[in-house]
Amino acid sequence: MISLRRRWLGALLCVGFLLTAWVTGARAQGGGPTDDEVNRIAKGLYCPVCENVPLDVCPTQACIQWRALIHEKLAAGWSEQEIKDYFVDQYGDRVLATPPARGLNWLIYLLPPAAILAGAGVLVGVHRSWRRADSGPPTETVGASQDPYVKRMEAELLARRSGGADAGEEG
Amino acid sequence: MIANLGFLTIALTLLVALYGAVAAAYGAINKRPGLVESARRAMVLTFPLISLAAIAIITLLVSGQYQIGYVASVTSEAMPAYLKVTALWGGQEGSLVFWSWLMAGFATAASLRRWDRDREFLPWVIFVTMVTLAFFLSLVVFFENPFARLWQAADGGQLTAMFQPAGALPLTPADGRGLNPLLRHPGMIIHPPMLYLGFVSFVIPYAFAMAALVTGRSDDRWIRLTRRWTLIAWLFLSLGLILGGRWAYDVLGWGGYWGWDPVEIAAFMPWLTGTAFLHSVMVQEKRGMLKHWNMALIIMTYALVIFGTFLTRSGVLSSVHSFAQSAIGPMFFGFISVTFLVSLALLISRWRSFRGDNELHSFFSRESLFLLNNLLFMGILVVCFWGVIFPLISELVAGQKVTVGPAFYERATGPLWAGLLLLMGIAPLSAYGRSSARNLGRSLWKPAAFSLLVPLAALAAGLRLWSAIAGFWLIGLAVLVTLYEFWRGALARHRLHEESLPKALWNLAGRNRRRYGGYVIHLGVVVMAIGIIGIELFQSETQGTLAQGEQLTLGPYVMTYESLAEFNTPDDRQVARAVVSVYRDGRHVGDLYPRRDYYFLAEQPMTIPGVRSTLEDDFYVLLVGWEPIAAEGATFKVYRNPLVNFVWLGGLVFILGTAVAAWPAADSAAERRRLEASRAAMAGA
Repeated sequence: MISLRRRWLGALLCVGFLLTAWVTGARAQGGGPTDDEVNRIAKGLYCPVCENVPLDVCPTQACIQWRALIHEKLAAGWSEQEIKDYFVDQYGDRVLATPPARGLNWLIYLLPPAAILAGAGVLVGVHRSWRRADSGPPTETVGASQDPYVKRMEAELLARRSGGADAGEEG
Repeated sequence: MIANLGFLTIALTLLVALYGAVAAAYGAINKRPGLVESARRAMVLTFPLISLAAIAIITLLVSGQYQIGYVASVTSEAMPAYLKVTALWGGQEGSLVFWSWLMAGFATAASLRRWDRDREFLPWVIFVTMVTLAFFLSLVVFFENPFARLWQAADGGQLTAMFQPAGALPLTPADGRGLNPLLRHPGMIIHPPMLYLGFVSFVIPYAFAMAALVTGRSDDRWIRLTRRWTLIAWLFLSLGLILGGRWAYDVLGWGGYWGWDPVEIAAFMPWLTGTAFLHSVMVQEKRGMLKHWNMALIIMTYALVIFGTFLTRSGVLSSVHSFAQSAIGPMFFGFISVTFLVSLALLISRWRSFRGDNELHSFFSRESLFLLNNLLFMGILVVCFWGVIFPLISELVAGQKVTVGPAFYERATGPLWAGLLLLMGIAPLSAYGRSSARNLGRSLWKPAAFSLLVPLAALAAGLRLWSAIAGFWLIGLAVLVTLYEFWRGALARHRLHEESLPKALWNLAGRNRRRYGGYVIHLGVVVMAIGIIGIELFQSETQGTLAQGEQLTLGPYVMTYESLAEFNTPDDRQVARAVVSVYRDGRHVGDLYPRRDYYFLAEQPMTIPGVRSTLEDDFYVLLVGWEPIAAEGATFKVYRNPLVNFVWLGGLVFILGTAVAAWPAADSAAERRRLEASRAAMAGA
C-alpha cells in the first residue's frame, strides 16, 4: 500500500520538477522572462490555498504551477499589474501580500496610526495636567550619573580630592 | 492500562486544581486559614500528579502504542527515541498537557516560597493559578484527550475515544504517521518548551497582581515579589522567539528568519507587553507612579499569553469557520473574555486606592521617557494585534479573506522601532523627577556628537540608503551611551577602591544586576538591530537553472553546480542533495550541500539550505528543482544575507544580559541571612 503511494508521489514529484525544469529551461533557451522576474512578481502574491506562504518561496506543486503561469503571462507580454489583477480575479484579494486600500480594508491602514496618535494625545494631556499642578525647579545635578551607587562614589571621589568628608561605601 | 492511568491522573489533577481554587477563595473570604493551607497543599499536589500523566504519555510515545490516537498521529517506528519524547509537545493534545505540566510546576514553585510577609496574597495567587490550570486541564479531559484510543466503527469509519463506543472494535495501526517533519529540527525541539515556559511563567506575576487588587494592597510589594518571575518569563519568551527565528532560517527555506506569520506574532505580542511592563515597573518602584498602567500591562500580558495559545490551537487562523468548528476555540474565547473583563473590573473597582504617589514633572524625566517607550511598544502591539485579527474581521464582516503580509508590519513598525532605539540612546542619561531639557542635553551632547561619526563613516563608505544610515546612527548612539554608563561606573570604582578596570566592571555589575543586566540587554538589542538592518535593507537574491559545471553569480559570490545525488534514508525520506562550489572574489571558499527532503509518511517536502556563514554575510543556497532522470540540470535560489549573523550574536548577548538581570543579588541573600539570624535571636530571647 505504502509502496504504491510512494510510486504515486514519486510520479507527482517528477511532474512538478519537470514543470520547473520546463519553466526554467525556457529561460535557458533565451529570450523569455528570467526566474528573477517571475519571483519579483510572485513575492507580491500569496499562495491561494496555503496559509500565509508567499508564492515565490512556496514549495508545493500548486505553487510551482502558479509560478509557471506567471512565467507564461510575462512571456505573453503581460505587465506585473495585469498578472496581479488576474490572480485577484481568480482567487480573490487574499492572494495579495497586503489588502488593497478600499472599503473595509481602509481600517487596517487607519486604525494603528489613529491608536498611536490617541495614545500620544493621552500622554501629552496627562503631562500638561500634572505639570500645571507642580512647577518646581529642576532637582538633579547636571551631568550626574543616574546610578545612585555611582553617584555616591563620584561624590566621595570629589570629597576626597577637595580633602573633605570621608564618606563610606554603601549599596 | 498506562493510558487509563494517565487519563485518571489528568482527571484527578483537574479535580484537585478546582478544589484548590474554590478552597482558596472560600478560605480567604471567610477568613479560614486552614482552608487556605489546604488549598496550598492541593496546589503542590498538582505537579506530581500531572507529572505522572506526562510520564504516561511519554511512555506510550516511546513504546509505540499506536492504538492511542495521539501516539499514532505524532510518532512512527522510524523516529529516533529522543524525537518520540519531544513528540509530547508535537501535537495539540500533548502540548496542552505540557502547558499544564509547566503551569503546575510554576504554581508549586510559587507556593513553596516564604509567605510570612505576604500571607494575604497567598489564597488569590492559588486561585488564579489553579483556575488557569483547571481551564487547560478541562480542555485536555473533555476535548483533546491524549489518551484516547482508535476504534473501527461499525460503518468502517475510524473513531477516537477513551472508552469503547457501541459496536466499535479496537484499532491498532501497524505504524504511526510520525512527527511533522518541520518539528524535527533541534531548534524546534527546544523552541516550544521555551515559549511555553515564557507563557506560563507570566501567569505568576499576573496572579500576584490580581492578589494585590483583590486585597487592595496598593504598594509595590507585588511587583518586587514578582520581579524575578517576570524577568525569567521574559528570558524564556525571548529565548523561544530567537530559537524560533533560527529554526525558520534553517528549515523553512525562504532565506529569512521572521516572516510576520500570525503564529510568530502570537508569541511576540506578550513579549511586547512584557517588555513594556519590565520598563514601567521601575517607575513604580522608584517613584510610586503608574500603578494603574502596570496593572493594565500585566493583565494584557496574561490575556495575550492565553490569546497566543488560542491563536495557535483553535484553528482560527486558517478561517473563522474552522474556529467555530473547533471544540476548544470557543472555550478559549470564553476564558480570555471572562478573565480579561473580570481583571479590568477589579482594576476599575480599586482605581482610587491605586492612585500614584507622585506625578510627572517633566517631559524629559526618566519616567516620561519610560512612558514614551511604553507608547511605542503599545504602538507595535496595536499593529501586530490588528494585523493578525483583521483578516478574521474581514472574513466575518465582508466575507472576504485578505492577507496581511510582512510589508504592512515592516512599514508600520519600522519608525516605532527606530523610536525605541533613539530612547535607548537617551533614557539612560535622564534623571527621575524634575529633569529639564537643558540638563538632559548637557549629558547627551557629547555621546550624540560622537555618534555622528557613524553616519559620516557610512557615507564615506559609499552608503546612500537614508534609512540604513539613520538606523546605524541610532545604533551608534545607543552603544556609546550604554558603554559610557559602564565606563563611568567602572572608572569610579577603579579610582575609589583601586581595583583593576575589569574587576571594577564585574563588581559594579554585581552590585546592581538589574541595571547593568539591562544595559547588556540593550547592547544585545543593538547588535541584533545591526543584523536586522543588514538583512532587511541589503538582502539580495537570484535564481537560475544550471547544468553541471555552470555558474550563478550574486554580488561577490560565484556558485558552480557540481553534482546531485538522490537516495532514500531509513527514516523514510527521499533526499535530493546537490553539491555546489562557492567562490568569493575568485577564491574557492567551500562547498555547500543544499537539499530537498521528501517525507513519505507525512507527504511533506522540506527545503534545507546550504549556508556559508561569516560575520559579514551568509551565502544561502536553496535547491528549488531538478531533473530527476538525467540529473544534469538543477534550479537554485540563492540569497546573500548581509550581517545576518549579528542577529544571533545579539540574541546571545541579549540572553546573557537577561540572565545577569535575573540572577539573585548576593546582597539579598546576605540580607536574608541577617534577617533569619535576628529572628532566631529574638526567638531565643
